Amino acid sequence: MSEVAVKPNNDLSKSVKAFLTKYSIYFILVLLVAILTFLSPAFLKPVNLINIVRQISLIAIVGFGVTMIIITTGIDLSSGSVIAVAGIVASKFAHPDTYPLAVALILGLGVGLLAGAINGFFVSIVKLPAFIATLGMMLSFRGVGYILSEGHPITNFTKEYDFIGSGYWLGLPLMIYILFGAAVLSYVILRHTKTGKCIYAIGGNQQAAVVSGINVKKNLMFVYSYAGMMSALAGIMLSSRLSSGQPTAGLTYEMDAISSAVIGGTSLSGGIGTIQGTLIGALIIGVLNNGMDLMHINAYYQQVVKGSIIVLAVILDKARNR
Amino acid sequence: MEEQYILEMVDISKSFPGVQALKGAGIKVRKGSVHALMGENGAGKSTLMKILGGLQPADSGKIILKGQEVSFSSPSESLKNKISMIHQELTSIPHMTVAENIYLGREPLAGKVFVKDSDQNARATELLQGLGIQIDPKIKMVRLSIAQMQLIEIAKAISYNSEIIIMDEPTSAITEREVEHLYTMIRNLTKKGVAVIYISHKLNEIFNIADEVTVMRDGEYVNTKKIEELTRQDIISMMVGRELTHMFPKVEVEIGEPVLEVKNLTRAGKFNNISFTLHKGEILGLAGLMGAGRTEVMESLFGLVPANSGEVLIKGKPVNIKSASDAKKNGLAFITEDRKLTGLFLPHSVKDNIIAASLDRFVVGGIFMNEKSVNGICEDQKKLLRIKTPTIEQKVKNLSGGNQQKVLLAKWLLTDADIIILDEPTRGIDVGAKSEIHALMGELVKTGKSVIMISSELPEILGMSDRIIVMHEGKLTGEVSRQDATQDVLMSFATGTI
Ligand SMILES: Nc1ncnc2c1ncn2[C@@H]1O[C@H](COP(=O)(O)OP(=O)(O)OP(=O)(O)O)[C@@H](O)[C@H]1O
Ligand SMILES: [Mg+2]
Repeated sequence: MSEVAVKPNNDLSKSVKAFLTKYSIYFILVLLVAILTFLSPAFLKPVNLINIVRQISLIAIVGFGVTMIIITTGIDLSSGSVIAVAGIVASKFAHPDTYPLAVALILGLGVGLLAGAINGFFVSIVKLPAFIATLGMMLSFRGVGYILSEGHPITNFTKEYDFIGSGYWLGLPLMIYILFGAAVLSYVILRHTKTGKCIYAIGGNQQAAVVSGINVKKNLMFVYSYAGMMSALAGIMLSSRLSSGQPTAGLTYEMDAISSAVIGGTSLSGGIGTIQGTLIGALIIGVLNNGMDLMHINAYYQQVVKGSIIVLAVILDKARNR
Repeated sequence: MEEQYILEMVDISKSFPGVQALKGAGIKVRKGSVHALMGENGAGKSTLMKILGGLQPADSGKIILKGQEVSFSSPSESLKNKISMIHQELTSIPHMTVAENIYLGREPLAGKVFVKDSDQNARATELLQGLGIQIDPKIKMVRLSIAQMQLIEIAKAISYNSEIIIMDEPTSAITEREVEHLYTMIRNLTKKGVAVIYISHKLNEIFNIADEVTVMRDGEYVNTKKIEELTRQDIISMMVGRELTHMFPKVEVEIGEPVLEVKNLTRAGKFNNISFTLHKGEILGLAGLMGAGRTEVMESLFGLVPANSGEVLIKGKPVNIKSASDAKKNGLAFITEDRKLTGLFLPHSVKDNIIAASLDRFVVGGIFMNEKSVNGICEDQKKLLRIKTPTIEQKVKNLSGGNQQKVLLAKWLLTDADIIILDEPTRGIDVGAKSEIHALMGELVKTGKSVIMISSELPEILGMSDRIIVMHEGKLTGEVSRQDATQDVLMSFATGTI
């Protein structure tokens, strides 16, 4: 019959614990940064930090769209292939003295939008499982990439097009601004618009969304199209950064994007997830990659570490959502 | 005389694969009245209302709204026509806030795009205050108890300012006190001219609140009468098509030695120092209001959520139950109150659900399922509990709410547990099946098993229990024997006024 001893600081320790679990991924990031700073003096240099953010900008941008999809209980496996095709299409219209920059951008983004809309059609109207619909898109769009490029990288760009991936403004790479813009846009959509509420509602309880008069099909179409466009944006940035549109570009990016979302607290069973979480998730992946590179850790071991971190993050997240 | 009805549904038919759910069903509802829709489990009440709510199309028939023929192909159309609905199944979104849930799909917007969260919260606060519901609209739905969620769904349906509100078993998850609260809300609505279609299996409620009653049986319209012209017996015999004599068939069983002793069980913030004893052959009633902690005690007893302190003895031996499988090994069975969340596998067949907790019993040679005995036993259970389903292969999600509850009961009755915990066992179950379940409880204790029954229906507690314990705000406030128990005594224990 042991009575529970009531500790005077019980409430305090409880709320500290609640705080820690609520922001666990932020702490993981801070912890990683601290460890890496300690192990490698080069890590905390501004150049290196900027480099990390630029490196993760692509998977984070893809991750924002993927986050929305996962919140609706879907998945997107086609991001990597869309990156390649959008990059190739934009590249084709980015040769000097041909078209203005806008044409390349609009067509590149348009291809992504189209791919996303096709995914959305199969998921919301034909009612295929998202895994299957986007797997089909992943395979066939990779093929489209090879067809359009005839298997060769497309090079020779205008200065403006090159500027997207390698330009600087006020001392920071342009890519970081684009990342920031995409993050803010996605955050506002998800957090502050009616569409955002609908996305959470569909993932939280689709039946409830239906009986509340929400147009589930329309919102799913939006989400997949938006994600397609985000992948295309990343594809344009990547082709510019590499100075070539390549049919092999963006391989396995979909996995990094999904990992960022999941590490950042997006639940694969739907209804839960945030843009800021995905951004942090991408940063965790980026910091890990960069840190391990700096420490010259063998690439095979790097994969083991990355895999373990993802599983660990999800375990933590489970504790958080209990 | 046609215009006196705000809504007429005429000759509605609807079939699903293998089931004709409605054949020529109908209802005529007057403005500003409460119209009860009654019928056994599977009679087609929810289906008829889903057609009105735009969730399912009818195969044939007419809906006439204020003299105009209409048809709804989606819930939003029906909402636009000022018809809102409280669904039999809770339809809340767990990780969104109360306010977001209430205004889902019609958020206050700035510039047609941006949701004005603070406006929305303010509106929700005003709505809930106006209805006398003390729940903070900013907290997430998961934090609420089932009963609170139910209140939110009621508030949500009212917030549409509809002319017709359909309430499909709105009281299935709330207790007497909240039911009174609901009556008040309904009376305020009808005063404003709102028509309410009220589905419930609880006859008390019908006599308290309804103006008219329409009865359905097997998908067909039976009759509509003013409540004054009806007795309980009338309604029951219209529903079941036969006489039903005794409602609480209490079987006298000799009470034996203690089988379960709970001593000073405590879980911080939920319940404190709970001690009670259950004897062989006994039905122990556990009464209390919503949020009294009754379900929580049983969850800890069953190992789902650990208690902080206390002791549990089964057949005199101390046991340490840390999980549901420990509990099962110790001869406990727990039939939960929330069948969707913790009880049933909705996409699976009736058969697979029934055998889910007693798989070992059907295994031959440690590996293979004995399909023949599975089928035989499931067919027996289907007959015994009168589960209304075309075959035992039917997916549980396609059964009517009450029949789902019966499947859940069948599942646990198959386990050879000695101590059976029933949490709201007859919620959503029609009168006929209810008395069968009660009879079944009698059979169980006759064979030497013991039952703990949580129920928010006082007549059921009074009618079935050998002994009754009452909880109030996490504490045991009273214990009464069958002879001394009355509705008043239990209520005063339950509200903590003794
Ligand atoms: N989607 C569906 N697929 C197949 N059968 C269905 C479906 N929905 C309902 N039914 C069947 O239609 C019949 C009527 O069901 P309904 O839910 O309308 O009953 P109810 O009167 O509301 O019963 P309860 O009191 O148990 O809620 C039942 O036999 C049920 O199994
Ligand atoms: Mg029903």
